[in-house]
Amino acid sequence: MNKNIVVASGKGGTGKTTVAVNLAWAMKGQTRLLDCDVEEPNAHLFVKPDILHRQEVTVPVPSIDEQRCTQCGACARACRYHALAAVKGKVLTFPDLCHGCGACGIVCPSGAIREIPKVIGDVESGRRSTLEFVHGRSRVGNAITPPIIRAVKQHVSRDRINLLDAPPGTSCPFVTTLQHADFCILVTEPTPFGLHDLSLSVDVLRQVGVDFGVVINRADLGSDMVHRYCAQQQIDLFAEIPFDREIASACATGEILIEALPHYRQMFHDLIYKIIERTLA
Amino acid sequence: MKICITAQGDQMEAPVDPRFGRCAYFLIIDSQTGEMSAIHNNGGASGGSGVQAGQTMADHQVEAVLTGNVGPNAYQTLQAAGIAVYAGISGTVQEALECFRQGDLPSPMAGPSVESHFGEA
Repeated sequence: MNKNIVVASGKGGTGKTTVAVNLAWAMKGQTRLLDCDVEEPNAHLFVKPDILHRQEVTVPVPSIDEQRCTQCGACARACRYHALAAVKGKVLTFPDLCHGCGACGIVCPSGAIREIPKVIGDVESGRRSTLEFVHGRSRVGNAITPPIIRAVKQHVSRDRINLLDAPPGTSCPFVTTLQHADFCILVTEPTPFGLHDLSLSVDVLRQVGVDFGVVINRADLGSDMVHRYCAQQQIDLFAEIPFDREIASACATGEILIEALPHYRQMFHDLIYKIIERTLA
Repeated sequence: MKICITAQGDQMEAPVDPRFGRCAYFLIIDSQTGEMSAIHNNGGASGGSGVQAGQTMADHQVEAVLTGNVGPNAYQTLQAAGIAVYAGISGTVQEALECFRQGDLPSPMAGPSVESHFGEA
């Protein structure tokens, strides 16, 4: 079965990676875990995979041939990201602002723009036991992560369930992770921040039309505001993970929860069944 | 001489805006005649506002910029365009213009005064 299941949360630190890693591990012979949080990948700390393959991720950035350039400024006007400026007979390039869209080269009337690759990140893949693993990592100083996320997603399996650990937030990196998703698990916590950022994620998911369910982590802390919100919005609550010191200890030492605390195994199996039920419907 | 003073409003009485790329208005002023036109800065929302603002200055053939702070991308663009940058300016636009006319400003900057993204909300 080939499905793309995204595990996401508006707020950081809600337990996204814990849910993604344990879902993947609970059915490890049938899954591939793809950590798309390329600014701070951390699923590997729990999975501890053997990395078998590495590749660099590049974006094409403009290089100006000053012999051919007529300083007409068309490239600077075309650039939505202001990665080029045309001033006093000179074209300046700002590769850190470039998204690699290629518009400058298309509009240049004198063929003065050549694209050269700029390395912005790396993708690594490997496995542990029967679980297949892929993650991306942005290079220090790079601010544009969607190309790295797309490079990670080129590794989605055609015959396994793909579990994609999304970056926190609701901007481009999250939306890039969501493309071609069959279902999304939103992890949240019962706090005002948790609720606020959950509602932002819900808005995005409804706009892009991806079906979703909610997992509340540390569910017995805080208040019932997230429960009430979900009931009001007719959002299905798929699981509630309790606030348990043993879970915190296991995570803090980099252990996979369902290995360290086998009594939580059933909870993740139930979660899998709910997801499968929904994505087959 | 055509100069630009970044401002929080579109009048000469407005305070100088301490941000360059993300200022509210660019007031383009002829330092001899005092003739002024205000440009609303719509470059504040997305990235690359420093480069965009520098390009705007070059397009308007401005020769000097008076503002609070200038980041590295904006500085590089202004420098390539041969535009003098006076940073650390405060008070109203009118006061800044007077200082410029009297030659009371310290020398133009030799480099950016702040890091990238300094003026973001």
